[in-house]
Amino acid sequence: MTTSLLAAPPATPLAAGEAPTLEAFGLDPWWLILAKAVLIFVFLMLMVLFEIWFERRFMARMQNRLGPNRVGPLGLLQPIADGLKLPLKEDLVPRGVDRPVFILAPALATMPAFLAFAIIPFGPTVSVFGHQTPLQLADLPVAVLFVLAMSSLGVYGIVLGGWASASPYSLLGGLRSSAQVISYEIGMGLSFVAVFLFAGSLSTSEIVASQERIWYAVVLFPSFVIYAITMVGEVNRIPFDLPEGEGELVGGFHTEYSSLKFGMFMLAEYVNMTTVSALAVTLFLGGWRAPWPISLVDGANAGWWPVLWFMIKLLLTISFFIWLRATLPRVRYDQLMKLGWKVLIPGALAWIMVVATIRVLRNEGISTQQVFFAVAIVLGIYIVASYLWDAVRGNRRDAEEQEATAAERAGAGDSTGGDPMAGGYPVPPLDAPHYHGRNSTSKEVNRA
Amino acid sequence: MGTERTVAVGIGAEELATADMTLNIGPQHPSTHGVLRLRLTLDGERISRAEPIIGYMHRGAEKLFEVRDYRQIIVLANRHDWLSAFSSELGVVVAVERMLGMEIPERAVWARTLLAELNRVLNHLMFLGSYPLEIGAITPVFYAFRERETLQRVMEEASGGRMHYMFNRVGGLKEDLPAGWLDRARAAVREVRSRMSDIEWIIRGNEIFRARTRGVGVLSPEAVLQYGVSGPVARAAGVDFDLRRDEPYLAYGELFGPGRPGRVVRRTEGDCYARFECLLDQVYVSLDLADACLDRLADLPPGPINVRLPKVLKAPEGHTYAWTENPLGINGYFLVSRGEKTPYRMKLRSASYNNIQVLSELLPGNLVADMIAILGSMFFVVGDIDK
Repeated sequence: MTTSLLAAPPATPLAAGEAPTLEAFGLDPWWLILAKAVLIFVFLMLMVLFEIWFERRFMARMQNRLGPNRVGPLGLLQPIADGLKLPLKEDLVPRGVDRPVFILAPALATMPAFLAFAIIPFGPTVSVFGHQTPLQLADLPVAVLFVLAMSSLGVYGIVLGGWASASPYSLLGGLRSSAQVISYEIGMGLSFVAVFLFAGSLSTSEIVASQERIWYAVVLFPSFVIYAITMVGEVNRIPFDLPEGEGELVGGFHTEYSSLKFGMFMLAEYVNMTTVSALAVTLFLGGWRAPWPISLVDGANAGWWPVLWFMIKLLLTISFFIWLRATLPRVRYDQLMKLGWKVLIPGALAWIMVVATIRVLRNEGISTQQVFFAVAIVLGIYIVASYLWDAVRGNRRDAEEQEATAAERAGAGDSTGGDPMAGGYPVPPLDAPHYHGRNSTSKEVNRA
Repeated sequence: MGTERTVAVGIGAEELATADMTLNIGPQHPSTHGVLRLRLTLDGERISRAEPIIGYMHRGAEKLFEVRDYRQIIVLANRHDWLSAFSSELGVVVAVERMLGMEIPERAVWARTLLAELNRVLNHLMFLGSYPLEIGAITPVFYAFRERETLQRVMEEASGGRMHYMFNRVGGLKEDLPAGWLDRARAAVREVRSRMSDIEWIIRGNEIFRARTRGVGVLSPEAVLQYGVSGPVARAAGVDFDLRRDEPYLAYGELFGPGRPGRVVRRTEGDCYARFECLLDQVYVSLDLADACLDRLADLPPGPINVRLPKVLKAPEGHTYAWTENPLGINGYFLVSRGEKTPYRMKLRSASYNNIQVLSELLPGNLVADMIAILGSMFFVVGDIDK
């Protein structure tokens, strides 16, 4: 089984009219390109409206309440009503802000989110008014890198918006955002590498084509897990919504934003959610290809049907975001950085090594089972070693702290007592050490 | 760490590196539930100094006590801590009854104990929902409110109020419990107990929640004693003190002890997680106590639930101190009377006021994100601080 899984040849050329390859792009007439671009924009806007409604209703179910159900059937028009209301609010620009940056930031956050969607394949080649064209606006030999580039650009909107707002909450939100982006984006990039190794291409259409036999979410499960974690960080949602952190930073980077500018940040967040979900579908969940039992049916992967499979997968991925939001609390940003740097990045690197090694060894003719066996041993040793390392270090640290505490206590002991009646009135003794200036910082006392 | 700077306004990086930033959390901040204000001095996101600034909601409760008669005082007393209204009423009437040397009917004693415990559950549920909310988990609060609703319904049926019950009177309760109420209360208690696991499972074992609260904001027993911290916050730090057991009032003497439902929940870690756990476990204890009270009430022979009072109620000259184990900690009422129909002075010692003082000790050295975890775990009501 595993042998056949791993034996998927990179980028099998497929019959024309089915899965498009890179050569199929760039041949569309101008009106078709324009129509596709407009359609993607409209699709994303509609998805945002739908996601807002879906999130509120779905989460309400989980929370034992109804959610919006007054505007339109099932409350479907609620996001439109909200979307109309928001731009009509007063647009406040606080005094002291860095005006150009303050105004530019929301646009900077929103535009890349839309752009990234250009390379997402919705389906195979179809016929539109007699033109054979893939259901995808554009494809590049480095399409996935383009997505990474766009998502990195989007973070500038948040960082600059927080920085330009002239408010401590926003500043901290922007600061956190930059701390966050360096922690998860590397892990995210690394999680793609294994996919590239298997697909032999960075072009999204070819990555989808190479998943004809089995999804990469199965073959490259660790990569998929890493991506699933980092994509939540990418869109600043719970449990990684640190730049906003309502409980702590009020609104974080968008505290000072109102009206349309605030709306654009919200738009960016939801478009981003669609984008990273679509990317998860494309890279790991077989793209527009029908899931297994349906894929056996003739014609399930031809014509317009794949759009349906794509949409189902996309919605399931989005539901995953909503489910997380309803369940998890928010992590602290140092914990997120720890997760990124100490777990995700080393894990992704190790996994890439494994994948690359397997591929090279298989090219040399060594069976996959042998390889797996060897890898399992090495991984086992690594895990045990790291566990022991942490345990030993943890013990040592505990012992040190205890010593420090004991020393502090001993120092505190002699400062008690004194004459409670000294001032003529009975005053209860305040015998904690810092009341006597023994420890100037109360930080140390806290640890005691 | 050189000069101090108020609100770092779009300043450059080299200035950021040297200046401390002063951040005002509140009085309008989502996590201060109310109008508590904290002046923090930040070094990056690390807090170097914290100062709670209180009084934005001062309503002069103590001064008003002096110009209200003993019936009217109950109205004021149940408002400063709006989440434990019944327990606060109780402190006042216990003090006055003690001054009068009044013996109250047994049914009233047990009914008060029952309602006080239900009120404790209501209070704790509120914090069990709002604390995860502050850390970012939005679902538990809805579960908590579902349970609150169940209990509030029976409380409302008995007293007519959902928050400010006004059910205590000097000498007993306002009126007898409605017919069949005991069974409905028992059903409500059973329902809440069976669904508490929803809240417990979604949050208690959550890795992120643990990581956010374990070892964060550790309160030492010494600090607890120094600052007069009380209630679940103190017991989470290992201070074994609960008035219900140590200086019983109402019927608690019969409820606490070996082989009885009452037990004092205690932790030794003193961190945010321990405080949360204390609160959670206290809910179960209170539900057990409520069940015991219900059993007892069902067995009691019919009889009066209050004492007939004179038209003008005057406490004799003298003074007394009554303290009760309120949901949030110890509430004390020092009543001085000169034989008038109003008290000469009534000093109110509220739990949140003392509990919040320790923040200036607890916060420095922590991150802003931890500040929220600590603040939320101190379980305070702003009205109870400002009085």
